[in-house]
Parts: sequence; structure tokens; C-alpha cells
Amino acid sequence: MSEPIKTDVVIVGAGPIGLFAVFELGLLDMKCHLIDILDKIGGQCAELYPEKPIYDIPGIPFTSAQGLVDALLQQIKPFNPLYHLNEMVETVEKIGDPLFRVTTDQGKVFEAKIVVIAAGGGSFQPKRPPIPGIEAYEGKSVHYAVRKMESFRDKRVLVVGGGDSALDWTLNLAPIASHLTLLHRRSEFRAAPDSVNKMMALVGDGKIDLVVGQVTALSGGDGQISKAMVKTNDGSAFEIACDALLPFFGLTMKLGPVANWGFELKNNELIPVDSAAFETSIPGIFAIGDINWYPGKLKLILSGFHEAALMAQKAYRYVYPEKRLVFQYTTSSTSLQKKLGVAPERPAAPARAAT
Amino acid sequence: MVQITFIDSRGTARTVEGEAGSTVMETAIKNGVPEIEAECGGACACSTCHVYIEEAWREKVGEPSPMEEDMLDFAYNVQPNSRLSCQIKVREDLDGLIVRTPDRQA
Ligand SMILES: Cc1cc2nc3c(=O)[nH]c(=O)nc-3n(C[C@H](O)[C@H](O)[C@H](O)COP(=O)(O)OP(=O)(O)OC[C@H]3O[C@@H](n4cnc5c(N)ncnc54)[C@H](O)[C@@H]3O)c2cc1C
Ligand code: FES
Repeated sequence: MSEPIKTDVVIVGAGPIGLFAVFELGLLDMKCHLIDILDKIGGQCAELYPEKPIYDIPGIPFTSAQGLVDALLQQIKPFNPLYHLNEMVETVEKIGDPLFRVTTDQGKVFEAKIVVIAAGGGSFQPKRPPIPGIEAYEGKSVHYAVRKMESFRDKRVLVVGGGDSALDWTLNLAPIASHLTLLHRRSEFRAAPDSVNKMMALVGDGKIDLVVGQVTALSGGDGQISKAMVKTNDGSAFEIACDALLPFFGLTMKLGPVANWGFELKNNELIPVDSAAFETSIPGIFAIGDINWYPGKLKLILSGFHEAALMAQKAYRYVYPEKRLVFQYTTSSTSLQKKLGVAPERPAAPARAAT
Repeated sequence: MVQITFIDSRGTARTVEGEAGSTVMETAIKNGVPEIEAECGGACACSTCHVYIEEAWREKVGEPSPMEEDMLDFAYNVQPNSRLSCQIKVREDLDGLIVRTPDRQA
């Protein structure tokens, strides 16, 4: 186990609500680390609908989902949060009063006075394509991510998909696999044009095969796949012999490890909280945004923002038990403005019209 | 009102009324038509509203946009007549439309 990273707050999930929590906590002098399984910041907004419009953020008549994430990043910059991407939080244990040990699947360990779960609809995980019986091969010869390229050396690899992941792994594994086939349902690719060109060059040189079609069934035994049945768009069927199948069908949200952190979940998927501070049944652990439930809950970004503000007030009492919290506005408080890096040296005199 | 018939994977047909301007997906959800999940609520971000357009209606319904084609990559058993039902607007001239739903959504 590595040396623990000590901090005031660990935020599980870097979606819009986790991001805004950094702001509210930061105004009250609490330092945050954010952890997200995604390779990018922004949760659903960045992963599912970056270019789509949002019309119901108070005071912002119109923005794109990515635009909102970018604006939040700018807003929280003064607080220098630390991001740990591509990491899934696996466990949250209480080790003090309150003090928590948080561990990730990459072996990182955090010690935090407060944990804020802003896990949205759960962690993003690769989608399992609905190919009958695929579960039997998962982990052994069907993989949704590549951890070690070497494990594909001299194997016959079948990559399925037309996006960036499919193309990236096609390019990376082509020199390692004994034979690589890329299978996609059509001849256009969503992936970056540069990757598509590189892939086409490999096809042109006879280094890899490109097949247009879809997998309908798998066969093999004992978790080891031996071939995939493939159907083309004109209805003809054939087989592709392979030792490993890598399907890339995008991401979906699954609750994931949150289910094992000791909460009695509402409908098996939501963490119940009180609606005064959005604290869970474990004092010092808060849940805000899409992941929580309380009477009247709405899964809206604006509701999550409100939850973040109230959560921070209570969190302060744990992090600074000896201090008294004074309510202040960012408009008028010089101390808040200093934290935001906007405090003027000397308040400028208001301009007066000459009379 | 526009009549739309959904035929499920076991062959059961359900005819429901859709409102011009809404989408075929919304019509299905409003009427509790099975085999349409529509996880993303119509944002063309999930591909769980996949349907097959009955041959006779294909031309009138039209082809998917490039964005919809990209999303169809995530659907299962995509056919030349596959569409995402949240991307089909209900119009008066689609009165009588017949679509089939797949036995599973991705
Ligand atoms: C298509 C679409 C359109 C929408 N339009 C609107 C709209 O117009 N207005 C509106 O208010 N809302 C809208 N929403 C809803 C809005 O996006 C959500 O309410 C919002 O994203 C919730 O934010 P969050 O930070 O709580 O969670 P999320 O955005 O879901 O982020 C949670 C993050 O936590 C991570 N995570 C979870 N568990 C773990 C773990 N164990 N370890 C590491 N990381 C983890 C996930 O990977 C994810 O990145 C829309 C949603 C969709 C899908
Ligand atoms: S409802 Fe999600 S793509 Fe149509």
C-alpha cells in the first residue's frame, strides 16, 4: 500500500456537482481531491452529451454541456483541486471521528476528514454488447479494456467497434497480435480521421483485416473463445477465428463499488441523505447530485449545486470544529474575494457623474 | 393525431396515437410500449430506443443523420432499416407508420 494522501475532502466523481462542491468547500477553506473513473472531467455532461444544449442553469439562458463544465473548471480554479482520473474509488472506510480511508483500483490511498460522494448515476463502465453468452468469456478472452498489451502477443485478436477506443487499440495491438481483425458494422468510422487513415494504411499493407459486419454469436469453451460468428449487412454469415475479442460499444453508468460502502440504498441505487446537509447515515460522508435521494429529490444540475452549498456548511464543522462559521456573500466579503483571487488591492471609488 | 404501430419481437402489435411534433420514442414511452428503454431521454446519447422501420415506410421516414449513425454503432443487430426512434419526429404524413422493436436494447 502506498503512502496515504492526506486532505480535507475526497470527492468521489468529477461530474458537474463534484466540481461545484470544490467551489463551495473552497470558499470555506477546505482542500479537495477529486477522483473519477473517466479519463476526463465533467461526468455525464462531458461523456454523454458534451455538445447538447442546457437551458435550465439559473442565470445562464443557454450553454452546452461541455461549456458548463469548462465554466465550472474556470470557477473552481482558484482552489486548485487535484484530479485523479482513470481511477475508480473502491473502498471508503471510517478510521476516525470523522476520518476516512479511501482507496482506488490503482492502489492510491487517501485519508480525508470528509468524503463527498458525487457519483451521479454510478461509475462509467464499458457497455457489454448483447451477444448471447458473452459473459462466459469475460475476463478470460473477452476484454473491454486493455490493461497489458503483452497479454495479446501472438494471439489472434478481434476488435469490434468504430470509435476512438476501437481504432486506438487496433493500431496499438497490430504489431503485437499474430493476426488482427477490425470488425465494424459500416464502413464509416466515428474515430479521429488520423487514426482512421493509419488503420486504412495497415489494411492497405495487408497487416490487418477490416471486416464490415456484426457479431451474432461466439463459440469456444471454458472461457476461451475460438471463433465469432459474423453477419454482414447483406445477410451473409461467416466465422472469424480468434483467441481474444475486444468489443468497444461505449460506456454506460453502473452503480459500481458505491453499493458496498455500507449504505441502505433507496431502490438499490440511491444513497438516502437528510435534506438539511445532504449527509448520509455515516456522519462525515455526504452524498450530493444524482446519486442521492431525499423526499422531493430532482435529478437536476441546479438541485445538485444547492446541495453542494448546504453540504459545505456542515462539512466545515467537521474540518474546523473549533472555528465559528460566519455567513458571507462573495459580492461583499473581502476574505472570500481574496480566496477567489479577485480582491482589489484597494476598493475602487465608485464613478460619480459630475454635477 | 397520427397512428403508429409498434410490433414487438414476439409479433404483438400495439397501435397508439402520437402527437405531431413529438418523437416516435416519446410516443412509445407515453403509451408504455415495451422493448424501448430510452435511457438518455431522447438526446441521441444511448441507442436504447432502437427500432426497425417497416420496409414500406423507409423512404418516407428517411435516413439517419451522421450523429444518429454514430450512435447506432452502439446498438445491437443493426439493420439497414434501423433507426433511433427518438430521432424520428411524428408528422401527419407518417400516419399509419409501422416499426418493429428489437428483442434487446444495447
Ligand atoms: C442527455 C442528458 C441530458 C441532460 N440534460 C439536463 C439538463 O438540461 N438540465 C439538468 O439540470 N440536467 C440534465 N441532465 C442531468 C445531468 O447531466 C445530471 O443531473 C448531472 O450530470 C449530475 O451530475 P453529478 O455530478 O451528480 O453526476 P455525474 O455527471 O453522473 O458524474 C458522476 C461521476 O462520478 C463518477 N463515479 C461514480 N462512481 C465512481 C467511483 N466509484 N469511482 C470513481 N468515479 C466514480 C462517474 O464516472 C461520473 O463521471 C441530463 C442528462 C443527460 C444524460
Ligand atoms: S433515447 Fe437515447 S438515443 Fe434515443
